[in-house]
Amino acid sequence: MSDFSGELTRPMAEADQVEKSMLSGTGMSIPWLRKQMETVETGGKKEKDFAKTTSACLGLIQEALLKHQWEKAAEYMHSYFQILEDSDAGKRQAAPEIIWRLGSEILYYHPKSNVETFSTFADRMKNIGVMNYLKISLQHALYLLHHGMLEDANRSLSQAETWRYGEKSSSQDILINLVQAYKGLLQYYTWSKKKMELSKLDEEDYAYGTATQNMRSHSWKTSVNLSALIQIPGVWDPFVKSYVEILYQIVPSHKLMLEFHRILRNSDKEEHHKLGLEVLFAILDFAGCTKNITAWKYLAKYLKQTLMGNHLAWVQDEWRSRKNWWPSFHFSYFWAKNDWTEDKALACEKALVAGILLGKGCRYFRYVSKQGHQGLKKKMKRMNRAVKSYSIVDPGL
Amino acid sequence: MDLDEAKEFKERCTQCAAVSWGLTDEGKYYCTSCHNVTEISKEVINTGDIPNTKIQAINRGLKRKRKLEKGWDWYVCEGFQCILCQQAEALKTLGVGPELKNEVLHNFWKRYLQKSKQAYCKNPIYTSRRKAVVLEENLSHSDWESEPELLSDFSFPFVESGAESQSDVNTQKSFPVIKASQSETASVCSGSLDGVEYSRRKEKGIVKMTMPRTLAFCYLSLLWQRETITLSDLLRFVEEDHIPYINSFQHFPEEMKLYGRDKGIFAIESWPDYEDIYKKTIEVATFLDLPRFPDITEDCYLHPNILCMKYLMEVNLPDEMHNLTCQVVKLTGIGEVDFLTFDPIAKMAKTVKYDVQAVAIIIVVLKLLFLLDDNLEWSLSNLAEKHNEKNKEDNPWFDFRKWYQVMKRTVDEKKQKWEEARAKYIWKSEKPVYHSSIDKSVVYKRREMVVSLQKQFSTLVDSTPTVGKKSPSSFQFSWSEEDTDRTCFHGHSLQGILKKKDQSLTTKNSLYWLSTQKFCKSYCKHVTTYEESNYSLSYQFILNLFSFLLRIKTSFLHEEVSLVEKKLFKTKYSKTKKKSSRSRKVRRY
Repeated sequence: MSDFSGELTRPMAEADQVEKSMLSGTGMSIPWLRKQMETVETGGKKEKDFAKTTSACLGLIQEALLKHQWEKAAEYMHSYFQILEDSDAGKRQAAPEIIWRLGSEILYYHPKSNVETFSTFADRMKNIGVMNYLKISLQHALYLLHHGMLEDANRSLSQAETWRYGEKSSSQDILINLVQAYKGLLQYYTWSKKKMELSKLDEEDYAYGTATQNMRSHSWKTSVNLSALIQIPGVWDPFVKSYVEILYQIVPSHKLMLEFHRILRNSDKEEHHKLGLEVLFAILDFAGCTKNITAWKYLAKYLKQTLMGNHLAWVQDEWRSRKNWWPSFHFSYFWAKNDWTEDKALACEKALVAGILLGKGCRYFRYVSKQGHQGLKKKMKRMNRAVKSYSIVDPGL
Repeated sequence: MDLDEAKEFKERCTQCAAVSWGLTDEGKYYCTSCHNVTEISKEVINTGDIPNTKIQAINRGLKRKRKLEKGWDWYVCEGFQCILCQQAEALKTLGVGPELKNEVLHNFWKRYLQKSKQAYCKNPIYTSRRKAVVLEENLSHSDWESEPELLSDFSFPFVESGAESQSDVNTQKSFPVIKASQSETASVCSGSLDGVEYSRRKEKGIVKMTMPRTLAFCYLSLLWQRETITLSDLLRFVEEDHIPYINSFQHFPEEMKLYGRDKGIFAIESWPDYEDIYKKTIEVATFLDLPRFPDITEDCYLHPNILCMKYLMEVNLPDEMHNLTCQVVKLTGIGEVDFLTFDPIAKMAKTVKYDVQAVAIIIVVLKLLFLLDDNLEWSLSNLAEKHNEKNKEDNPWFDFRKWYQVMKRTVDEKKQKWEEARAKYIWKSEKPVYHSSIDKSVVYKRREMVVSLQKQFSTLVDSTPTVGKKSPSSFQFSWSEEDTDRTCFHGHSLQGILKKKDQSLTTKNSLYWLSTQKFCKSYCKHVTTYEESNYSLSYQFILNLFSFLLRIKTSFLHEEVSLVEKKLFKTKYSKTKKKSSRSRKVRRY
């Protein structure tokens, strides 16, 4: 190889053609400007390699999670923890939440992880920084619930309930409510279990007394919890249902019972429909509701519905314990006169119910029919027809 | 030992019965033979007799700042001395001769202390007597035992200044006053005696010692000794933790407590950057007024001929290319001793980036052979492939395409591992460093938390043993003929791309394109920019490959390639210059 430069200077003309444009021909491309703009974002300071490490590590963790590579994710997580010591205060404060989310995800799925590991992790993360305590407690409790550990979940929630830190921010308020709600739900669950146990026990059983007492106290605790909660605006449906169910046991005549009945009526489940009937009857067991026209209207309608649905047995079940005292309680002659003078609509509804349950021969029904004959002919006709078709009393009697 | 001021004290020492007294910072008498400190303070009568230094020392002593942790008194430069010691020791472990530590680096450091007026000079910044004691215990390494002279050097100036300044009180230079009150507030403190003041010090003309500069010192010593470690090798060893740098302060003696402002000085959170260290090397060498370094001759490792061979082997290119690289070296004149040898005093103090330049030469040769226009290299590859298929017995012709495939796969793998290692790198030291008494407990608690979390998760990690810590090596890739998995191209022939011309060979390819048409002449940092999209993919690949190898930015390497081409094709450049100076019109490129 000899004189290279000689070789190269000759074909220069050709080289010009092959030459690529080094400086962009199209527009201004200023790579250093891009870099300047990057530093403007960081406030003029060049990003330290520490920050590059942590952000790269985060990316790897997320990738591993997406690919369900739990062991790898744990490995990267091990290195990621150093972000808790970041000199950048902003990153340091945001770290616990990120670590909790990723860590809990890993621990949930990792084959070597168990409830104990998860709980240790949750306990540690709860105490880093102040604002994460409630959130983590709640999620920890849900995790425990998922694994069927109700007492532990209850404990976690109870602890969380008592957490206070200076001026609570409004976001923390919501969390506290949630904590209370779930606690209430848990209590409802235990109460309901106790109820079931109770139903299995014989009344003679020596444990019956204590069991009932237990249940009562539980009910009281739960209802206190939940009632406070429902005051707060929001959508609390699952909690309300449990609340109302407890109430039904302790205060069957509560004004929420009608609502409860409606919910049950609209449900898809048959057992709910049966319960709906029970609830309705229970409401009217109490003196305070005897004049409640809505209750009577519901009962009338629902009886028809139930009987149309061929559930005579349900009606008979309910009526069995009541047929001895309801006639004089609701459907006496006195009441017939009273109701008619006070509220004709109420009287009609009651009459309809009386007719269905007691037959058209009963005093109440006859009185109302007679009275209504003048003004409310159409209605009377309808009533008659309804009683005829639905009455559970054998017309032969 | 200031006998002058303690002369009036005639008592016998209770411990050793000698009558030889000195004064501590706090103005108390102490026995100079057994260092027994008394409770008797000297009464200052005539402040006019006492030179400035003493007043300040006494003042500072009386308002002795509250230390958060008990330990030695130490100065920041002592910390750096300790670190340099560790680094030199590590270099020794890597195979570097012991003279580097004992003589070269040590002398550079002494010179630095002198130049920065921290010691070995007439008016040092420090006046504390305790310093001498600390250093002695600090430098426990046997190689630096020649330290007694260091110690005496430290204490020597005190005597001088004591003796002289009494007469020169009026003409004495005022030097930086250390305000003790500044560092007394609880929020601003440091484990070292001068940590706070050190970070604020901004003296013109003085190069302040920083962590990156320790590497500059190391490199200067390596260069002086002409060791077989290039700057990129050094920085790579740092990244691989073979040389203490990140968290090197953890190896300070137990008694040298580090906290507060020291953190910003010693706890670095970035890896060293080649460009940065390179600049600092020149800066330090200039500051130290170093003479011309030992010559880099043709038999030196750092000579481009040898480095090119090394890199050709590492990147799996044919040995035959070495002839071409030598040719380029000769033509550009960069193999000359005067060009290669570092001379800080010279007007244009430029050191050669030996490794970057060697690699740039290889790239130029690749361009000469293959043009790298996304076209010719592939057609030449086709020819090589055809020939190799027909002649399986002969030495195969070098096939660029095959080489590209092998290299791409290898480098991608390596790069991925490297990125993963970087993402998993643990920056924080085991013993946390806090800023002040306020956050000490918080910092310790955080560390405890991190450690316990790490412990928990380490049980969940796959227990299969990962590749242990690599032993340091100059070569990142190795290729062998026996390995059937990965082709080794060392022995392949360039026959297919060279042709005979008269008595010698020349490249079949006769075209070339320049990486940079015009160089920037203004005062910005670089003479050219690198915008990827303007270049062929092959060129981009080559640049990325080599810049990963050296852990430098592609733009940095591209610039070096341009500079080599500038020398190689200087006629072309001068012609262009003449053209533009003649024509009035401004030509847009």
